Amino acid sequence: MPRFSDKFRYWALVLPALAIMIVFYIWPLLGIWVISLNEPVVGLGNYAKMADSNAVKTSFVITFRVAFVTTIGCLILGYIVAYAISNFAGRVKPLMIALVLLPFWVSVLIRSFSWIVLLGRSGIVNDALRGAGIIDSPLRLMHNEFGVVLAMIHVMLPFAVLPMMANMRGISSSYVDAARGLGASEWTAFRKVYFPQTMPGVMSGALLVFVLSLGFYVTPALLGGGRVLMISEYITYQIQEFLNWGLGSALSVTLLVATALVIAVAARFVNLRSALLERG
Amino acid sequence: MTDPILSIRNAVKTYGKINALDRVDLDVADGEFLTLLGPSGSGKTTLLTAIAGFAPLTSGTVSLRGKNISGEPPEHRGFGMVFQGYALFPTMSVRDNVAFPLRVRKRPKSEVDARVEECLDLVQMNAFADRMPSQLSGGQQQRIALARALSFKPQVLLLDEPLSALDKKLRADLQWELKALHDRLGVTFIYVTHDQDEALSMSDRIVILKDGRIQQQGDPETLYNLPRTPFVADFLGKSNFMDLTVTAREATGLSCTIGNAAFPVDAPDALAIGERVKVALRPERIRLAEAGKEMLSGTVRQVSYLGERCQVIVKHEELGEILVSRPTWKVGVHPEAGLAVSFGWDRDACVVLENDENEAA
Repeated sequence: MPRFSDKFRYWALVLPALAIMIVFYIWPLLGIWVISLNEPVVGLGNYAKMADSNAVKTSFVITFRVAFVTTIGCLILGYIVAYAISNFAGRVKPLMIALVLLPFWVSVLIRSFSWIVLLGRSGIVNDALRGAGIIDSPLRLMHNEFGVVLAMIHVMLPFAVLPMMANMRGISSSYVDAARGLGASEWTAFRKVYFPQTMPGVMSGALLVFVLSLGFYVTPALLGGGRVLMISEYITYQIQEFLNWGLGSALSVTLLVATALVIAVAARFVNLRSALLERG
Repeated sequence: MTDPILSIRNAVKTYGKINALDRVDLDVADGEFLTLLGPSGSGKTTLLTAIAGFAPLTSGTVSLRGKNISGEPPEHRGFGMVFQGYALFPTMSVRDNVAFPLRVRKRPKSEVDARVEECLDLVQMNAFADRMPSQLSGGQQQRIALARALSFKPQVLLLDEPLSALDKKLRADLQWELKALHDRLGVTFIYVTHDQDEALSMSDRIVILKDGRIQQQGDPETLYNLPRTPFVADFLGKSNFMDLTVTAREATGLSCTIGNAAFPVDAPDALAIGERVKVALRPERIRLAEAGKEMLSGTVRQVSYLGERCQVIVKHEELGEILVSRPTWKVGVHPEAGLAVSFGWDRDACVVLENDENEAA
């Protein structure tokens, strides 16, 4: 067997993936930067137009608000699920983990349509409430931020549960035992000893959900019904309806930079390396 | 025992069909250094866990100064606890770890600060107060765990194999320190270990457990010199076992015959002539000499040189292989494999054993 240097082996292993990334991701991405700067005319015109547009500003505010509320919702619900699975489940644990992963087997599109069936004007929820005589006229449960956030939390929940569960699996039960043996109540032991140790998992779950939510398209498009215009849907409008490639690309670049900024800020508080790469 | 601080009565703990604890009764005296010693699966940790309150007993009671605390959660029992692996809280500094038991008891800040200093001083770790546990060595973490367990002045300190993760030399040093700490503070220590050296060197009393039952208890010297069962004789130190027949009753006691040599044995008078007895003999009680000088003769099989001591396996026709352990400077002969030697022992060296409880049952 020929002897290759370590450097050669390293590049031989990395190169195939790197080549695909460059051809199909980095190169088109650079293309978008270029389009944003020279379509229809060369210059910063697209960015200036964007900065002037109230619609764009509104869309960015909505995007960040929806992503933020979704993240908070996922963290609260996901923490409870992760905690229950990590600390109590016993023999049903594999089943519970499978239930967390189950939504991944159904396409986001179908899950979002299911929410429409539930939340629509004559959807199951409204019908049930009217049938029970609780309301007279149907509630507006979708085509607003409520519906979008509700469905987004559903879609994003596994992304919050998995990193938190991985983190909790690495925490020995002897810490809580020690705290209680030393005089702390169950609640104090959780708050002072267990919870601080789960922060890396919470942070990586939060970052994952927030960043994915910023660029999410399908669910907000379907449940927002054009009334909750998040950035990715706004970009689609510019390109598909108005063939405005320049503005669409400029918006994409701005979203990318904004997302990178979020990660950069998060990196000041979270050790991303340990939070995302060295789990458990 | 006058007025025990802790009493365990008829303690039973079952996991499925396995009895981890089987009708255990135990009293712990105030200020005592009590060691629960046994192999893994003997129930020693189960017993400690039941005392601490982490896993309630299936039946039986734990009482603290006469008050039944069997139903109390661990945080109401007020025991200090040192865990195997220390369980120092990784998100807190050394200072906050030691302050933890005081803070959850809502003691005033001035008292907390003073007490933390005092406790760190006790284990000579003041210089490390602001470090995180991950920045400390195993021995240092062990000291912090001890300071934390003592900071709220508990009456009883429970220690679960606290030295097992340390290397041999450090373990020996910390044994001295733990013992000195115990004597200075007067706190009751209940110490779980599977290491006989730790048990012998520190304890006022050792309780030997096997299969969830107490096999024998007593101070280290009594246990070592007068083991009641083969299990105890073998688990605490090493022993040679011999099956002998009582052949004569003399004014001073009984005697047994090995080959054509008669040996006096200290044994209960109840034994009749002709009865078989199992006898334990400590390797260091056997004298070794040139052939013909002692009563029994044999051949050296193997020699193991341990520096301070020298262990020799001597093969005897009737007794089989006998382990002899002598200080190197007075072995008696220069042993090498194949050498013909003689050996013997004093009358009080042999201990007559009962059968192991489990074999009898």
